[in-house]
Amino acid sequence: MPTLTFIEHSGTTHQVNGEVGQSVMQAATFAMLPGIQGDCGGACSCATCHAYVDEAWMERFPPAEGTEVDMLDNVTERRANSRLSCQLVIAEGMDGLLIHLPASQY
Amino acid sequence: MALNSVVIVGAGQGGFQVAASLRQEGYQGNITLIGDEPGLPYQRPPLSKAYLLGKISATALLFRPKDFYTQQNIELVHDQAVAVDRNNRQVRLASGRTVDYDHLVLAMGAHNRPLSVPGAEAQGVFGIKTKADADALAPLVKEARNVVVVGAGFVGLEFAAVAAANGATVHVLELGDRPMARAVSREMSELFRCAHEGWGVHFDFRQGIGHILTEGGKVCGVETVEGKRLLADLVVYGIGVIPNLQLALEAGLDIDNGITVDSTLLTSDPHISSLGDVAAFPCIHNDQKLLRLESVQNAVDQGRAIAARLVGKPAPYTALPWFWTDQGTLKLQIAGLSNGCDSTVVLGAPESNQLSVLCFRQDQLVAVESCNRPGDHMAARKILARPPRLTPAEAAATGFELKVWEAANRD
Ligand SMILES: Cc1cc2nc3c(=O)[nH]c(=O)nc-3n(C[C@H](O)[C@H](O)[C@H](O)COP(=O)(O)OP(=O)(O)OC[C@H]3O[C@@H](n4cnc5c(N)ncnc54)[C@H](O)[C@@H]3O)c2cc1C
Ligand code: FES
Repeated sequence: MPTLTFIEHSGTTHQVNGEVGQSVMQAATFAMLPGIQGDCGGACSCATCHAYVDEAWMERFPPAEGTEVDMLDNVTERRANSRLSCQLVIAEGMDGLLIHLPASQY
Repeated sequence: MALNSVVIVGAGQGGFQVAASLRQEGYQGNITLIGDEPGLPYQRPPLSKAYLLGKISATALLFRPKDFYTQQNIELVHDQAVAVDRNNRQVRLASGRTVDYDHLVLAMGAHNRPLSVPGAEAQGVFGIKTKADADALAPLVKEARNVVVVGAGFVGLEFAAVAAANGATVHVLELGDRPMARAVSREMSELFRCAHEGWGVHFDFRQGIGHILTEGGKVCGVETVEGKRLLADLVVYGIGVIPNLQLALEAGLDIDNGITVDSTLLTSDPHISSLGDVAAFPCIHNDQKLLRLESVQNAVDQGRAIAARLVGKPAPYTALPWFWTDQGTLKLQIAGLSNGCDSTVVLGAPESNQLSVLCFRQDQLVAVESCNRPGDHMAARKILARPPRLTPAEAAATGFELKVWEAANRD
């Protein structure tokens, strides 16, 4: 079971157990982390699962495409490493994955 | 008054959200979440699309895994609430158990309006509401050769797209003259009609279903009111929903098409709140008129608002309604309410299935419908969250982009 690390905007760190095949959004909401909401349940329709993938991990995920790119265009505080975490699937070898949480989803 | 026990009836989208948000808000009293469906609380939207297509698993439907309820000390009760005794603040369950509450939340949702034509009880006739419905339907969709969908609303069309993708011949019967007529503009209906037809879906507009033809108890076709016959080994209907009001009616709560609540989602009893598909609330985006919405956003945002109030942070509920539906390769997203819309401005390229329709009422932007233009939808949600100053003339100008306007007009 890969362990994921989430760092809140305030600096508070959370270690969360993820499962291979699960999305990063699910891992975060299952752990009740503040900041990731996932209102649409992963349908790439709400953008309340916005998070920043640590630079060192960016290339481990296929790049954002289509709907995700357009949705990201309008999230608050978009950065180069912004992703919708429901579109990030946890794979083998992702133990230690580092995700930074935004200050707000709105 | 100390709040020691919150009891929630209905463990769907809204009921679950109240429970989860209460814990997130730091509430430490008892939470009893009563649901009459088997298994753990789950989301419905994939039932008519991704889940039926086998794109997501049963586990992915769940809001949370089992451990969550134990860890968060949320008591999940699989039972049906049959009566509310408001004087003694007690809910009675079908099993005979009674549960005391300091505050009660009614989140019973809605049930499908039944197809009341002869033959509707035949095998192979389905509405889609629960995971059990989708589980029964999934193997049949794969085998079906001829599918008739009754009702060209969201769920019916989502299903039509799934059936067409599985290779079936699909006919959609619709009393109105266009798809999703009650919910979207003509321009958007037209795009969806063309796209579905491109996937091999046939529409029969202004056609009601007369009866279902059966053979040995199984569906074999349908006959329309006008006598047209269509082959069918599977019939799926989506002709609207009816709120589950029984419990509230018998408890004597105020009702007006839904359980009536005030701007903070309290019912006519100050110890009872209600939300989601079953509640009618005064909506600031609807001139404060009562509105009952059937959407994930509505259940989720109302759930959060109720939880916040219960921990001592009351605020009027003002969230902007938004909605999505996925049909084949099309994602339709709607921000705002287009009721009473009297003019539209269209952006995009319908021929490539990318379209946004800006809906104005008396020159005021009230809603934006976007197909495969999620950037527009996101911008629209921001623009509509405050009284927007965008005029139809501005929107109709060459090169106008919602995103750009939004960025330039932020406070
Ligand atoms: C097939 C389908 C597809 C959908 N797709 C979308 C979509 O793409 N986008 C979108 O925004 N919305 C969609 N929706 C709508 C959305 O799922 C609903 O609006 C939402 O689930 C409403 O939440 P709720 O809590 O009010 O009701 P529900 O989620 O329906 O939950 C109510 C629960 O209460 C239970 N219950 C009722 N009476 C009792 C009782 N007396 N005792 C105990 N339990 C009781 C019911 O069995 C049910 O489990 C879809 C709905 C369906 C059915
Ligand atoms: S959960 Fe809604 S977009 Fe990711």
